Amino acid sequence: MMRSGAERRSSLRAVGLALPLVAFVGVMFVAPLVSMLVRSVHDPVVADAMPETLALLDDWDGASVPEEPVFEAAARELALLQRERAIGQVAGRVNRVQGGLRSVLVVTGRRLGDAAGDSWRESMTEVNEAWGEVETWHALRTAGERFTMRHYLAAVDLTRLPDGSVVRQAPDRRIYVPLFTRTLAVSLGVTLLCLLLGYPLAHLIAHSPPRRGGILLALVLVPFWTSLLVRTTSWIVLLQNQGVINDLLVAAGFIPDDARLALIYNMTGTFVAMSHVLLPFMVLPLYSVMRTIPRSHMSAAASLGAGAAQAFRRVYWPQSLPGVGAGCLLVFILAIGYYITPALVGGSTGQLISNMVAYHMQTSLNWGLASALGGIILVCVTGLYILYDRIAGGGRLGVT
Amino acid sequence: MTTARRPSSDEPHVEFENIGKSYDGRVLAVQDFNLAVRRGEFLSLLGPSGSGKTTCLMMLAGFEMPTTGAIRISGRSVHALPPRKRGIGMVFQDYALFPHMTVAENLAFPLDVRGMSRDETGELVGRALRLVRLEGFEGRRPGQLSGGQQQRVAIARALVFEPGLVLMDEPLGALDRHLREEMQYEIRRIHRTLGVTIVYVTHDQQEAMVMSDRVAVLRDGRIEQAAPPESLYEEPERSFVARFIGENNRLHGRVLSIENDICQVRVGEHVVKAIRVAPCEPGDATTLSIRPERIAVAPRPGLYTNEFDARIRDITFVGDHLRIRVQACGGKDFIAKIPNMVGHGAVLEGDEVRIGWTPTDCRVLDAGEDHDA
Repeated sequence: MMRSGAERRSSLRAVGLALPLVAFVGVMFVAPLVSMLVRSVHDPVVADAMPETLALLDDWDGASVPEEPVFEAAARELALLQRERAIGQVAGRVNRVQGGLRSVLVVTGRRLGDAAGDSWRESMTEVNEAWGEVETWHALRTAGERFTMRHYLAAVDLTRLPDGSVVRQAPDRRIYVPLFTRTLAVSLGVTLLCLLLGYPLAHLIAHSPPRRGGILLALVLVPFWTSLLVRTTSWIVLLQNQGVINDLLVAAGFIPDDARLALIYNMTGTFVAMSHVLLPFMVLPLYSVMRTIPRSHMSAAASLGAGAAQAFRRVYWPQSLPGVGAGCLLVFILAIGYYITPALVGGSTGQLISNMVAYHMQTSLNWGLASALGGIILVCVTGLYILYDRIAGGGRLGVT
Repeated sequence: MTTARRPSSDEPHVEFENIGKSYDGRVLAVQDFNLAVRRGEFLSLLGPSGSGKTTCLMMLAGFEMPTTGAIRISGRSVHALPPRKRGIGMVFQDYALFPHMTVAENLAFPLDVRGMSRDETGELVGRALRLVRLEGFEGRRPGQLSGGQQQRVAIARALVFEPGLVLMDEPLGALDRHLREEMQYEIRRIHRTLGVTIVYVTHDQQEAMVMSDRVAVLRDGRIEQAAPPESLYEEPERSFVARFIGENNRLHGRVLSIENDICQVRVGEHVVKAIRVAPCEPGDATTLSIRPERIAVAPRPGLYTNEFDARIRDITFVGDHLRIRVQACGGKDFIAKIPNMVGHGAVLEGDEVRIGWTPTDCRVLDAGEDHDA
């Protein structure tokens, strides 16, 4: 049956009202996300710059240094890139595959114009010996892959050998797996600490008389009204070497003045400050679930003969589980991607994976790798969410 | 007019002795509270909200501590006993069923915490479910049950560990009228089957009347009167009780003279003869109470000692009876109920008639708080 005109108009109006939000989310969130994910597997710079060389390298056996035509094409394309002043970008891409090749490409591009000879192979090898090595050509071929998994491999400390087999990086170059492990461990630890601190607090707020509960809840929310930077720097004031806590400990005689505790610019600082910042995200979902647990349930358990511990374990705790799940999930997800706090108070040992993403975005400009690292975090978090949803059952999150 | 009731023994099961309770140290929620509940008795605490009935129940259950006085169960003071050691079954207003457990798990809970074996638990759970007629609902969760079914589970859970004393805190408040009447019957049946002592809190006087062996009417933390339902209805001792239980016509007046418990009471320009219930002296302000069904409309002249001229203001047909509103005794409205029988058409609205009642149906009570004579 056709819908009436009025109905259609009103549903159109509803869609129209939601349109700005949809457009905003699409432009500001979905599009950048897709673009970053694409960037993590798609890198056309080298492929577009040296198409002929790469086409010839496709037929290369990979065992010995390529034939003359490959050298000739490479020389021509490098010279062109030099003229167009685009060689730096290409050299940088190749350099990421194998360190040291940046200068090889740049220098070759600059000097090739002067070189003339019967054999491009000889000329190039003359400019730089690296052209006589098989590894250089492998690196060029790898950097020229338009669609590549190498960022993801790099993000989990793997690398592909020339023969195509995937192996772990040399021990001294394994950065990301330990960093992921550390990030997961810190997130887990922060989540547990928040649960330990937040559960009794949420319980107190949820079962306080309205007035006191309101005041306590406001106290939990106060941090939300304070700038994250202010909160984090406050921790610096408290925890630093000459800070309040160390001063108090020294004054009380617990530690000697020359052995002040290193509480900040390390893992301890990250841990403490992150737990503090994320605590409200644990308390609020817990509170919203606990508020729905009637007081009479504990009375009923007591009247049925259960002790306080038994009543808690068998009656209260199971009913608070949706809040525990939601709070833990929220804190854990936020902790995994946490950036500002570890950057400010983490020092060198308290950095997390997000700080590495930021480094690759802002300093090394290796956006492909940054995207791959981000993609891995995204998959982890999504996986966790799905897992939680399976366990807890759909729609039971206290907050979404 | 006594109903046949299961005889309860004279041995007191629960005793409240001089109980006083204050939450803030100033206002007394309960005061001078003395009450003994016999073993096997069904006793209701009846009163408006704020009368202290739930407080009394909570003190008996152990969730509140009396400020003064002592509560004894089977002769032993329970002051030091926490709720879980009192062995009292309790039905809560909101049922307090554990939503994450099935019906069977809810019922097994008190047995589990007592460390009973699985076989024993299974048997007792089965028996309790049969008692409340919920066989086959073991695997359901409370959220999948109707209000009435949840109520039955709550009752079964309060009974499953075979306590001798069961407390119920307005358990039928959330049910609709039809279901409430059905459950009243069910609870009464269970009480008679098991012979447990039940202390039942309600603000619904009809519910209390229907179910109880005895009703204690509470007001402002004190017992106004504790008596079997018939006595409360027929022989209220206080004007509050007369007003709270059933319908009543009330006349305010002043005692003129007393002779053999029959008082002459001046009401406006009239003198009414009524029976003395509480001590009173000539000159005292008083409230007279007369049940509507005891007022005769247009009786045979000379039949009643109290007879007055009245005007019929309106007649309402209620099915089994007629409610007649008459004006008499100087503008005062009276309600009279007369059974719907052949010949009721004898009176019509606007008729001038006589109304009358016997002195023994008219009780001289305390002045009451709204006395203005």
